[in-house]
Amino acid sequence: MNGTDMDVTGMDVTDVDVTRAKPSVAPGVRLGRVSFVWRPWQVCVTLLLAAATFLVFCLSIGVGDFAIGLPQVIATILGRGEQVDEFVIMDLRMPRALAGCVVGVALGMSGAITQSIARNPLASPDILGITWGAGAVAVFLVTVSGGTATAVVNSVGLSGAALAGGLGTGLLVYVLAWRRGIDGFRLILIGLSVSAVMEAITTWLLVTADIRDVARAQAWLIGSLDNRSWDDVGVALWCTLALTVVVAGAAFQFKPLHLGDDVAAGLGVRYTLVRAVLLLCAVLLAGVAVSAAGPVSFVALVAPQVAMRLTRCPTPPMAASGMTGALLLIGADLVARTALPITLPVGVVTAAIGGPFLVYLLVRANLR
Amino acid sequence: MSTIAVEHPVPRGATRARKRRVVGSVTLLLILLTAVVVSLGVGARGLSPSEVWYGLSAGPGGDHRLTEIRLIVQTVRVPRTVLATVAGVALGVGGALIQGFTRNPIADTGLLGVNAGASFAVVSVIAVFGFANPFQYVWFAFAGAAVAGVLVFGLASIGRGAGNPLTLALAGQGVTVFLAAMTTAVALSDKASLNALRFWNAGSVAGVGFGVIWPVTAFVAAGLLLALTTLPAINLLNLGDDVARGLGVNIALHRTVGVIAITLLAGAATAACGSIAFLGLMVAHVARYLTGPDYRWLVPYAGLLGAVVLLVCDIAGRLLVRPGELDAGVVVALLGAPFFAVLVWRGKFKSA
Repeated sequence: MNGTDMDVTGMDVTDVDVTRAKPSVAPGVRLGRVSFVWRPWQVCVTLLLAAATFLVFCLSIGVGDFAIGLPQVIATILGRGEQVDEFVIMDLRMPRALAGCVVGVALGMSGAITQSIARNPLASPDILGITWGAGAVAVFLVTVSGGTATAVVNSVGLSGAALAGGLGTGLLVYVLAWRRGIDGFRLILIGLSVSAVMEAITTWLLVTADIRDVARAQAWLIGSLDNRSWDDVGVALWCTLALTVVVAGAAFQFKPLHLGDDVAAGLGVRYTLVRAVLLLCAVLLAGVAVSAAGPVSFVALVAPQVAMRLTRCPTPPMAASGMTGALLLIGADLVARTALPITLPVGVVTAAIGGPFLVYLLVRANLR
Repeated sequence: MSTIAVEHPVPRGATRARKRRVVGSVTLLLILLTAVVVSLGVGARGLSPSEVWYGLSAGPGGDHRLTEIRLIVQTVRVPRTVLATVAGVALGVGGALIQGFTRNPIADTGLLGVNAGASFAVVSVIAVFGFANPFQYVWFAFAGAAVAGVLVFGLASIGRGAGNPLTLALAGQGVTVFLAAMTTAVALSDKASLNALRFWNAGSVAGVGFGVIWPVTAFVAAGLLLALTTLPAINLLNLGDDVARGLGVNIALHRTVGVIAITLLAGAATAACGSIAFLGLMVAHVARYLTGPDYRWLVPYAGLLGAVVLLVCDIAGRLLVRPGELDAGVVVALLGAPFFAVLVWRGKFKSA
């Protein structure tokens, strides 16, 4: 397949397979009940992305006021480091880097699922309501101080309350979009509506708030990896791992959905169930990301599109999208900490890197 | 292109559909007129229709109370009502056009980067020059919108991407993402910019004088004229590029004209009102539901609906939280989105 087919048809897998110049059937692999198409290029790119992520991960840990060389970092991660290094790395820098990784993977996969189900490259978990739901709750708690708001922040923390708001909004979108099943197009339009309401509430809170609170709220709305501890990361890490297993399981049933519901049913896929499970995973993954770093924008939108173009896949690939997300996020965090004259939240840098890179890939594909 | 449509024999049901559409547009016009009248009368100081008429027609003179009425009507209510109408038409038509040209039902007027470009220009000039007054930065906002629109279209036109709707949408997304990041970076490091940004994001039709409104109206009028010339072509483009080319449509030309029209419409409205999200997307779908997929009807309907919705939302914003005011952009989302969601749930919309 080539760039044009992918660009014209977007998510549509059928045209691409028909116009393939090479043998129309790619070699398949069957392991018991599981079967998949062997695509060496996709596997290689995914592995390369994973390797690059690990490298940037180690670099990010090594860079700081107390610089540590790459070999020592790797040795320490493997449990054979010196005591000083171990303290700095494991207690201080590891949580932040790991949080970046986890959030990136979660957002990347969540975006890949959303774009696949919606069959729309402009879709992202933002339209499932999580981002702006969490944002509205967080901004409310930051700007309306005193009384109940303070009590809520003290008991469950800002992230916890925001997460609850996000998941609640996500649930609302799902319930509102349910009508004898979930239809991708209806889901997007309902999600956009609910998100718009939440965004309007947030905007209004910001307009009426004290300017000092506005800066704090704005910083939260962008997403940041500052001051992460093991407590913050632990839950997010295990949740993401568990959800990844579920997504991996469901993803094998998922491919035929791109051919349309009828074809998928004919191929023996219980598409309502698969779609519901995956959608739930997308919501939870985005929720995990919000709880760990705030609503880091654009990663979920950009990562699947970038991964698609790097792997030359006709649809957003799950594993590669997750890896791209992680690479983008910890890379951006590294840049934010080291290369910039002023400290900025990581969300600003992901957008500043991700947006142009998407444009570059587009232009390159069009020039070929 | 129009000849193609005319040469076909007219099916019997078509005359009835045509009649219904004409009646519908007249009804919409009447609703719009009513909204305009209400908008002139409603506010912190409520005015009766006779007072409004006096305020519109009277020259200088009269006692103190009458002078006050004249001032309120002529310097506050009229500009605000005119701007809401003009911006509503612009955003409605822009929303319908961009959904037609990108063939993407979730495309919005912000997609070409015009909104992001305008916001970035606003926060930048405030951070650099310390402007405090919207009169000072509205021209920069328009320039920012135009530059971003041209940039997006230029990037999307490189190589074989020229005129490809998906490329356009994604290039717009990429540029928007980048500009939004830059906007945030500036706003977080400069308090005055941050302060302006939050009001900008709320989107308001109040507090802008005719010095701004006339030029904005001129840009919108130019955009509408360009839009009119492409309407028959959008119908054919929606049959697919190959079919359209086969029918003799100059695809690149029409997409270029369309993008210029959208940039003019959305850019002018955004520069004057700040970011009003969701309006274009919403009315495009409602218009499609009312008229069917024919863009020659859909687009004018979207324009009328846009003006009605923005006016009604502005009026509601003045009444909802008295004695304060809610910005029109906020009300559009707060009232419009639930209404839209109900229509969606009842299965009123089809994808593109």
